[in-house]
Amino acid sequence: MWKGVLAEFATQESNAAPAAIRTRDLNLWYGTFQALFDINLNVRNGIITSLIGPSGCGKSTFLRSVNRINERLGYVRIAGSIDVMGNNIFAPDVELLQVRKQVGMVFQRPNPLPLSIRDNVLFGHRLHEANKAAENDVVEKALREVLLWDKVKDRLNQPAIGLSLEEQQKLCIARLLPVKPRVLLMDEPCSALDPKGTEAVEELIWELRGDYTILIVTHNMAQARRASEECVFMLMGKVVEHTATDTMFVTPENKETADYIEGRYG
Amino acid sequence: MMFAASGQNDKDRRIQQLYFVLFGIMTLLLVLPVLIILTTLVVKGGPALSIDFLFTKPTNGMTAGGIFPALLGTIWLVLVALLFSVPLGVAAAIYLSEYAPENVFTRIINLAIINLAGVPSIVHALFGVGAFVIFFRFGTSILAASLTLGIMTLPVVIVATRESLQAVPQAFREACWNMGATRWQTIRRVVLPNAVTGILTGIILEVSRTAGETAPIMFTGAAFFLPFLPQGVLDQTMALSLHLFVVSTQVPDMPEHLPFGVALVLIGIVLIMNSVSIALRMYLRGKKKW
Ligand SMILES: Nc1ncnc2c1ncn2[C@@H]1O[C@H](COP(=O)(O)OP(=O)(O)O)[C@@H](O)[C@H]1O
Ligand SMILES: [Mg+2]
Repeated sequence: MWKGVLAEFATQESNAAPAAIRTRDLNLWYGTFQALFDINLNVRNGIITSLIGPSGCGKSTFLRSVNRINERLGYVRIAGSIDVMGNNIFAPDVELLQVRKQVGMVFQRPNPLPLSIRDNVLFGHRLHEANKAAENDVVEKALREVLLWDKVKDRLNQPAIGLSLEEQQKLCIARLLPVKPRVLLMDEPCSALDPKGTEAVEELIWELRGDYTILIVTHNMAQARRASEECVFMLMGKVVEHTATDTMFVTPENKETADYIEGRYG
Repeated sequence: MMFAASGQNDKDRRIQQLYFVLFGIMTLLLVLPVLIILTTLVVKGGPALSIDFLFTKPTNGMTAGGIFPALLGTIWLVLVALLFSVPLGVAAAIYLSEYAPENVFTRIINLAIINLAGVPSIVHALFGVGAFVIFFRFGTSILAASLTLGIMTLPVVIVATRESLQAVPQAFREACWNMGATRWQTIRRVVLPNAVTGILTGIILEVSRTAGETAPIMFTGAAFFLPFLPQGVLDQTMALSLHLFVVSTQVPDMPEHLPFGVALVLIGIVLIMNSVSIALRMYLRGKKKW
């Protein structure tokens, strides 16, 4: 009975402010192995949602479904639907690269391209626009947004790989911005960083809040608690709980959630 | 004393030394034949070498004069073979590595490529006769011989290219896709620039292999002796490898230094090509940005 109420609540909410990501009965298989089970999730627009759960529960798989990067693997099969900003990303007339433009992704290991800092930031811009004159502005704006401009403005033409990991990760976020995504997916963006780098990137993510809908996977409970407004807990390919972060950390509804938050899983 | 040697240590050390010597000898045995061949060639063939030798025609029933037509012919054959096998091989490798889905069909193709690499060159030669000389009516010509060589080295190009493509980290591709790059944009702007050195190395190695082959060109386009140079790809040509065979075994009263000279030039080309390839690889590894 409470499930129906919940569903109603979800619909009402989606009428008020449409979800940035909305999945319905999403199931995903790697070959015969099912990695996601009936995921029904509304990720609210313009806020930071964190996705937590033990290793192997399907967090990365879920993220990689939202920008359809998983499909590259021939043996992946998906059932159900995913809407991004109210549009079904599996609709037949959808252009894959339009989806990817709207949904940027940041990976666990910073992956700057083997180019200069400047060329990294401009990579996406140059794919979609030929406007050379705007390039300097684009670079400055993107790097300012990720709080990196003052540090790198004098060495824009040096290889991006020479930056520290923290700076590389910020650069990886910066290069998404000129493409003007609506949603940023971040898969453990701080796990390769030291505590100081983690703090800096967290601060940045907080700064980006509002301009972008952010879905961030993290293993760091403190981070989830500090840096997100809503929190999703996944276990074995299922969404167990999705509530306001404060609620989840203070009065979790499910026993599994409580166990995980208190560190009783790996 | 905590770090003093025990009897067991001594025994271990002796065994270790034994293996060291053993493997050293094996390595030497491997290098020795190469050294012997090279010294013999240089000593016996060296006196034959000169600018004239490289740039004049053979005379006196090939017992005197130079090797120019054969040298030129080999260059022709290799170039035309490359013109055919490089675009085809690189394109096939790009398709297989970047586009093709994992399925039975691509697995069959991969198997076919591996098998193609294992086909003896004489079989390629006969295939070349049947396909290019007779069926396509190219006759015995540079074109037919080069296509045969090209088919033969195609697997090498494909495998070398595919390996270099796969050495480019997947993270680069995903980074591009996430900025809305198409597959081709990703390949063009990131994958190929980072793989091109490996591809080049592979191609140069292919050249050195192609230059030395005899069987595939013997029935398809290379001639024992021709009084004039080829004027186009539909002419026959002389070639170094075949010329070496001819002057070593088919011509009476051959002065000894001449075949050795031809062999020296041939192996020189191969060695130079291999060195270029190794140098290129080292240079680029030094420059690698990831
Ligand atoms: N490419 C893949 N092929 C097959 N199985 C995979 C693949 N990627 C992930 N999996 C499996 O799917 C499950 C979920 O993985 P993943 O989404 O990476 O978990 P998480 O990010 O939560 O640690 C795991 O059991 C994992 O082994
Ligand atoms: Mg993961």
